[in-house]
Amino acid sequence: MTRSRAGFDTVSIRALTKDYGVTKALDGVSLDVREGEFVSLLGPSGSGKTTLLNILGGFDRPTSGQVFFGSTDVTLLQPHLRDIGMVFQNYALFPHMTVEGNIAYPLRARNVGSAEIARRVADALTLVELAGYQTRRIGQLSGGQKQRVALARALVFDPKLILLDEPLSALDKQLRESMQIELRQLHAKLGATMIYVTHDQREALTMSDRIAVMRSGRIEQLGTPTELYNFPRNDFVASFVGESTLVPLQRSDGGSVSLGTSRLRTGRPVPQDGPIALAVHAEKLILDSPGEGEDWNRFDGSVSDVIYQGESVKISVRLDDGASVGLRQHCHHRSMSSLPQVGSRVKVALHVEDTILVPCDAESVPQAHAA
Amino acid sequence: MILLERFHRVAIASTVALILLFLTVPVLIIFPVSFGDSASLRFPPPGWSVRWYQAFLGSRQWLAAASTSFEIATLTMLIAVPIGTAASYGLMTCRMANARYAYVLLMTPMIVPIIIIGVGVFAVFSKMGLVGSMWALVLAHVLLAIPYVLLTVGAGLRSFDMNQEMAARSLGVNRAKAFVTITLPQIRTSVFVAAVFSFLSSLDEVVVALFIARGETTTLTREMFMSIREQVDPTIAAVSSILVSMTVLLAALAYASQQRSARRAQGA
Amino acid sequence: MSATINSFQQRIDRADNAAELARAGRREQWGLVALVLPAAAFVVALMVIPLVWLFWQSITDQSGALTLMNYVRIFTEEGTLATFQRTFVASLMVTAICVVLGYPVAFLAAVSKPRTATIIMVLVLIPFWTSVLVRTYAWLVLLQRTGLVNQFLTWAGVVEAPLALVHNLTGSVIGMVHIMLPFVILTLYSSLTQIPADFGRAAASLGARPGRVFRTVIFPLSLPGLVAGSVFVFVLSLGFYITPELLGGGRTVMVSMLVQRNIDLYFQFGSASAVAFVLLAATLLILWLADRVVPLGKILADR
Repeated sequence: MTRSRAGFDTVSIRALTKDYGVTKALDGVSLDVREGEFVSLLGPSGSGKTTLLNILGGFDRPTSGQVFFGSTDVTLLQPHLRDIGMVFQNYALFPHMTVEGNIAYPLRARNVGSAEIARRVADALTLVELAGYQTRRIGQLSGGQKQRVALARALVFDPKLILLDEPLSALDKQLRESMQIELRQLHAKLGATMIYVTHDQREALTMSDRIAVMRSGRIEQLGTPTELYNFPRNDFVASFVGESTLVPLQRSDGGSVSLGTSRLRTGRPVPQDGPIALAVHAEKLILDSPGEGEDWNRFDGSVSDVIYQGESVKISVRLDDGASVGLRQHCHHRSMSSLPQVGSRVKVALHVEDTILVPCDAESVPQAHAA
Repeated sequence: MILLERFHRVAIASTVALILLFLTVPVLIIFPVSFGDSASLRFPPPGWSVRWYQAFLGSRQWLAAASTSFEIATLTMLIAVPIGTAASYGLMTCRMANARYAYVLLMTPMIVPIIIIGVGVFAVFSKMGLVGSMWALVLAHVLLAIPYVLLTVGAGLRSFDMNQEMAARSLGVNRAKAFVTITLPQIRTSVFVAAVFSFLSSLDEVVVALFIARGETTTLTREMFMSIREQVDPTIAAVSSILVSMTVLLAALAYASQQRSARRAQGA
Repeated sequence: MSATINSFQQRIDRADNAAELARAGRREQWGLVALVLPAAAFVVALMVIPLVWLFWQSITDQSGALTLMNYVRIFTEEGTLATFQRTFVASLMVTAICVVLGYPVAFLAAVSKPRTATIIMVLVLIPFWTSVLVRTYAWLVLLQRTGLVNQFLTWAGVVEAPLALVHNLTGSVIGMVHIMLPFVILTLYSSLTQIPADFGRAAASLGARPGRVFRTVIFPLSLPGLVAGSVFVFVLSLGFYITPELLGGGRTVMVSMLVQRNIDLYFQFGSASAVAFVLLAATLLILWLADRVVPLGKILADR
């Protein structure tokens, strides 16, 4: 079912605000999504991502701002005229209809002929790997199957845009991960523009071309997964994406930065003013010193916890200057044979290119204790 | 939730049995009385006969009253259910802050004592010269039925997943079509129960009928009331047993469909 | 590579767009409100406006001048005051009896297996759905001098001569209890079944015997439903007309009968309205007081 998506390019969101009384659900959000792109809206609950999706779908009206499909202003356009597909968290399938009835619904609404309907329903079911399921009742389906039917229903009429509101969060972990990959493949095959809401950063990283990290109604950062992961713009993005610890840093004269007593070297840009923190990715920290050299920042500390988690071990280290960091190490014979004990003294190293500095709010980072 | 000792269980069960007897005997006693061959309500009656049924079915007055009551009940149902359902849907989906007050307003016919409503309706219709008109009674009964339709259909709407309507609209149908094709089929049990209730409540309504129904438009309930007060004859028993049988049948239908839909919802 | 936006442009978009959006939003909301209007029209035209008119009648006399005489007469006329008292006392009696009789039934239904519970509830629902008139008539038959109840009592030797069980207050109360009992049972049943079964089990696992579990866990948690049911029945009894009229024998006059007589016999809207409004005020006051103790709306709506 690969089709060309002619006649519709970008989805543009311009300065959207949404007020509920005194609460600002959206506080000036702007975003351009290119044709065929997979963009995730990532953020905690209350960040405004679902509100944004509802506005895109036409079910909510912004307080101000505009939404464009291509060059058409659709801000005031009714949902049923927007020609978009929506997939909901709880599937929202019609239980009083069969699978065929559900998937054919949008086609019937568009007065498609019955022969054509049958063909397209069959195609859609094949696409989501549920060929032959036309006559099943919704109540007979498993969670994963329901989600596929919901997808098929949202795709069968070749919508210009597909909105997905945490569609996988009701599924268990294994199923969720396999569906993520399937969705990504589906997206590649169809070439449709997809906007995906999730609070799961791993999910967003797996599936997206670009991610918009949202907090309190604003987009904190918009970028590719690599950009967000390796070049977070502030402490919120750094702590939300990836498994990282935030360690407050002190500035000294001469523009240098230090963690407690150790001066930090970094190959990264240093934020100009204001309080800064070190965003440490657990997998970037290395136990013991890999030889001498200017390329590494080294810290001393003692192990406070060792947690075996199957494919990796999480080691908590309390640095001598008070900060606590988490370190993740993959398990293979060599690393496991040299696992440190709780309480033992260790050296921890971080490459200068992995030394990410981010501006932070004074309150959002736990203060370092005096050793 | 609680493991009762045997003694307590027996004691409670026997008490409850007696109370249930108290509740059901009066309803059941109507039937034997209606078949009794005695004009003086003696029980047990001296003999059995169907003369009271014949009296009812042969009396033009009783039959006219019955047919009027049925007409009024049907009209009440046909009006109250649509406007009540529409009101319920509107209140549930509109996002105005004052919706709560509208809801309370629509519930008031259930709270105000019916004698007061009766007087009020009588006052209005006597000013308009409509006392004794069938439509006056229909309108009054619709007023009384509205809160119950709202409660029943409201409960149905609340347990319905509105996301389905959103999904339908995203798939290309407008709100009205989404309601008709998606929502209505799934709340049809609530609507059915509301319809049964509107019908039965109108059929059994006494107080307002006493005020408004006159002469030609006398209702079954009015005739029965007068008959009971003047202690006429057991024809009332025959009428009552027919009424009760019908009521129980309809109520059982409503109850059964409610149970079925509840079971379906669990299984789905 | 973040989305850049001209902040000047942003301000312009915000200004002229908000008004248009607000207008569209309002239009949609009023469309939905239109769905509520027919029902609201009924309630306003047939209840609110008449009530206002009745109130006006109650505070004016024949010539149209404002007066509180109608209300004063309620409290000064012996008969009227006695009627209010009688109604109040009778309603209290009915409520109390309903609670005492209703709780065991609701309780048993709540703790029984689903099959038994269904049977019990069906036996409660049948009288509930039966016409009040029919039930009242049935009690007339049962309570008369030669009726079943008296026959049973004399046969069992409990009394020597048949008791006057009808055409008096006793008959009214018995009839009203029969009408009101299902309400209490249904409300209580709903309340009891909402108590999670785990609560009782938790209490038992902590060492409480069934009596204590009931006293300390189940009964307190059923109180909201109990209060709601009692209040509802009490308020209903206050304004009840049919049963007291037919079973009271004309001697036990209740408030509702007073209103009816004033209209039907004397066509005096003034005094009838005054009595009616005192009844309404009492009803609303009791409901309001009860609502402060217990969330009435939620409980009664979930029946």
